[in-house]
Amino acid sequence: MARVVVSMQPTAKRGDVIEIRTLAAHPMETGFRHSQTGELLPRDIITRLTCTYNGVEVFRADLAQAVAANPLVIFTTVATESGTLEFRWTGDNDYIATHTAQLTVV
Amino acid sequence: MTTRRSFLILAAGAAAAPALAQVPANIQALRRAALQEAVRKVTGGAAIRSGKVKLDIPPLIDNGNSVPVTVTVESPMTPGDHVQAIHIFTEKNPQPNVLAARLGPRSGRATVSTRARIADTGIVMALAQLSDGSFWSDEANVVVTLSACLEDGLI
Repeated sequence: MARVVVSMQPTAKRGDVIEIRTLAAHPMETGFRHSQTGELLPRDIITRLTCTYNGVEVFRADLAQAVAANPLVIFTTVATESGTLEFRWTGDNDYIATHTAQLTVV
Repeated sequence: MTTRRSFLILAAGAAAAPALAQVPANIQALRRAALQEAVRKVTGGAAIRSGKVKLDIPPLIDNGNSVPVTVTVESPMTPGDHVQAIHIFTEKNPQPNVLAARLGPRSGRATVSTRARIADTGIVMALAQLSDGSFWSDEANVVVTLSACLEDGLI
């Protein structure tokens, strides 16, 4: 199971802008490096991160090889209603990781 | 007849040639063209203005493998006036794209942070696309002491 971490506040006031910090454990192999025996290491990266808030997409990022290993992406969203935020990372070699977080709006 | 001087010039050239063979002579121009091409793919040739965008990156980078980058755009982020996308590019990497983020009025603030790999001293560029179709950018010159892994002189 792919390991991911999402850090955000569990509760917020309606209309507040909350910061979401996401981190996925992934080597982000660039496809430009060679192994010790001289073969080119094939590209293996996360290409996309999406965040949906109660089923509506609020953020999407396309990642390239130039994102560091264990990609960290920090973004914001407006706390509109209590609900579920679903995070989804997809990448090369059918990489898929998902995470859900609950947000309570008071 | 081969003089000592001409022999030395030839010998120096022969010694230097294999080292240079891996890297095209006009690599800098190629990298710059790749950056411009990547930017043009996003903008479609539209004019890019400077301002509004703030690219936050350390000017001196010890380790190019993990460089904190934050892009903030001045915008009210309302349905009528918001930032649609933020792109980050580097000049000296084998390919210029770093990150392309899609935002909307539900983002609240137009800010994105990540960690980038940067291969060599050069320009890092942030580009923002606003909902009215205009493009704004900010550039920073960074100095890299330890390059991100590129053993075969691809820089």
